Amino acid sequence: MSHPTGVDHHKPHAAHEVHHEELGFWRKYVFSTDHKVIGIQYAVTGMLFLLFGFVLMMLMRWNLAYPGVPLPIIGTLFGDARMPGGTMLPEFYNELGAMHGTIMVFLGVVPLAVGGFGNFVLPLQIGAPDMAFPKINMMSYWCLFLGGITMLGSFFVPGGAAQSGWTSYTPLSVIAGSGQTWWLVGMIFLITSSLLGALNFLTTTIQLRAKGLTFMRFPFFVWAQFVTSFLLLLAFPPLEAAGVMQLMDRVAGTSFFMPSGLVVSGQVLANAGGGNTVLWQHLFWFLAHPEVYVLILPAMGIVAEIIANNTRKPLWGYRAMVYSIVFLGFVSFIVWAHHMFMTGMGTAMAAFFQTTTMIISIPSIVILTSLMLSLWGGSIRFNTPMLFAVAFLPMFGIGGLTGLPLGLNISDIPLHDTYYVIAHFHYVVAPGTIFALFAGIYYWYPKATGRMMNETLGRIHFWGSLVMMNVVFMPMFIVGLAGVSRRLFDAGSAYDFAQPVMQWNVVSSWGAWLMGIFQIPFIFNFFWSIRNGKTVSANPWEATTIEWAAPSPPPHGNFAVEPQAYRGPYEYSVPGAAKDFTPQHEAT
Amino acid sequence: MDIPYTVEVRRDTGLNNGKIGIWLFLASEVMLFGALFASYILIRVGSPSWPRGDTILDVPLATFNTIVLISSSVTMVMAWASLMRRQFGKFRIYMGATILFGLVFLIVKYFEYSHHFAIGEYPSHNNFLAVYYTLTGLHMLHVIGGMVVNAYFWGPGAKLYQTNPVWFTNRVEHSGLFWHFVDLVWIFLFPTLYLL
Repeated sequence: MSHPTGVDHHKPHAAHEVHHEELGFWRKYVFSTDHKVIGIQYAVTGMLFLLFGFVLMMLMRWNLAYPGVPLPIIGTLFGDARMPGGTMLPEFYNELGAMHGTIMVFLGVVPLAVGGFGNFVLPLQIGAPDMAFPKINMMSYWCLFLGGITMLGSFFVPGGAAQSGWTSYTPLSVIAGSGQTWWLVGMIFLITSSLLGALNFLTTTIQLRAKGLTFMRFPFFVWAQFVTSFLLLLAFPPLEAAGVMQLMDRVAGTSFFMPSGLVVSGQVLANAGGGNTVLWQHLFWFLAHPEVYVLILPAMGIVAEIIANNTRKPLWGYRAMVYSIVFLGFVSFIVWAHHMFMTGMGTAMAAFFQTTTMIISIPSIVILTSLMLSLWGGSIRFNTPMLFAVAFLPMFGIGGLTGLPLGLNISDIPLHDTYYVIAHFHYVVAPGTIFALFAGIYYWYPKATGRMMNETLGRIHFWGSLVMMNVVFMPMFIVGLAGVSRRLFDAGSAYDFAQPVMQWNVVSSWGAWLMGIFQIPFIFNFFWSIRNGKTVSANPWEATTIEWAAPSPPPHGNFAVEPQAYRGPYEYSVPGAAKDFTPQHEAT
Repeated sequence: MDIPYTVEVRRDTGLNNGKIGIWLFLASEVMLFGALFASYILIRVGSPSWPRGDTILDVPLATFNTIVLISSSVTMVMAWASLMRRQFGKFRIYMGATILFGLVFLIVKYFEYSHHFAIGEYPSHNNFLAVYYTLTGLHMLHVIGGMVVNAYFWGPGAKLYQTNPVWFTNRVEHSGLFWHFVDLVWIFLFPTLYLL
């Protein structure tokens, strides 16, 4: 900005080059328009929120394992309004529960999986110099940031943060304390962020792919992000609409979701009434079911990349996987009401949503099976990313298969709202998606920093996490099948029927705390390796996709020469080739 | 470093980046207003009685506003067409008219709102008014957003015309697409709220 404008007019190109070298600290690292910096910002923000959400859960686990027992030392830090004498109040438990869900989904996994990996990897993998709209990209990150600040700030308002669960079901959320209003405002920021990100990803993928990179030559990760972006683009606006209506209900006193004659604490509420409570659930799940696929598809994409690379052979059934993921994207819009069998919907509607739910399991199984079969006959390298990627398969498998009984009305009704549901979706998202995200971090870390992460620490992190994940979540199936409801702040200790399974809560809780300890090697490794990791060349994993053609770390503008794609994404171990990988960007 | 296809068209897609971006954005806007219209229908069919729009709202005023918005769409197209013919002066006039029509729409809306407020018809009064204020309010925010973008292209943004007229014309076209969408939403709002 300091040079005279005359330079800009006469030599726009030269001026641009100079301009980039002059970028100060703020424009380069904070308000950057470079997709790689924004990707890292997203990823670090996402990881911090994952850690924060995990801490909230570790607190909750105390009261679930030892209901009513004061939490030593830490418990006294929260004050008398939340934990008098170290004993957790139910309101505080609800706060933690609602914010754990919200933060993990909207501020943890999505920013890391879509914002982080999408921003960093996708333009590199399609051979683009940057995203199509760099300024919108920056805006998308800062919207997320504001949304995150709003959510965090809500802990400090009178009455505390939102307490109505991440689903914020009406009418309770409408009559809840002021934290819920903050939640809604925060969500509107987060939705705006996703929306801007999604249209940027789609435009980038369609327009900026390298010469010769046709859609069927896309790495599977690009396909996964492409479908994910469509889901974000089209599924989030209905939640925004619902959020606006709930905000109106709370702030302007309308009755979109408030039925007539609602009695709260013995008093009839003085609102106009005539609203539809279940409408909120429809609008929410119309987003939130596609959102489930937003959480899992990028994970599948990451795992596919790593499995192809470390088995040194092409993915088994690439085409079938691509068709499956596209089909999955479409069908994910018509399964939402399987979250709502408990509302007492009619049999015709239940039949429709059961059928679509069973249909949508088919493409998921095709993808998972293809990934399993890809392992067959490969000379597998078991490095840290591969360990996480391979562990993803059975863990996601458990999560997916235990979901089938929940997709059928008749078996859902006894299981729904028990710990079984918690175990099911956490198997999908925690040892499923989050393992894939760890795999992705270990795999692309050398590209982002130019250094490897430490293998030994990685293995400690992996085995500890794998064992502890199962110690946390497997007992929840047992607790759930015994009929213990979720969301009970005392884990159901008031009920006789829950007594035989109460000790499993202690197992789960210790699993969670030990899992926290096993994240320490990862956090240390992540920061230590920035300076002390082994330096790497452009392509340390001997991979075939285009991101490895760029230097590690890639400079502004990414590639020294504009890359071109000559072949499909996974040409490993081509018979007769000189080496066991033939990169997409190398002309024979 | 320059992003490819910001101005020129990519051969195999036949589009530039901005065109795809704005259409994708409009797709998400369709989902936003679609969800609101769907909620409106659901709440309306689920309620035992629902007032006809014309018993509460001022139809002649809204008809006037409809005409104003449609005219603004016409001038928007004229503004873009003037740029295509490289007639910058005419562009300024038509774009100015578009912004002015938007302003007239907002002023009329202000009188409508303040009339309802004056007789105590707030959003909390009943669900008809809740739907009315939410839908028209959100639409109004879109009108304001469109006006801000148009005003930018009328004023400081027009500098781009001197250096890259093709790019500037594209930008006006994209902002025009948004403006037509905002009109279209009103075309749906007018009958469903005021007449039915």
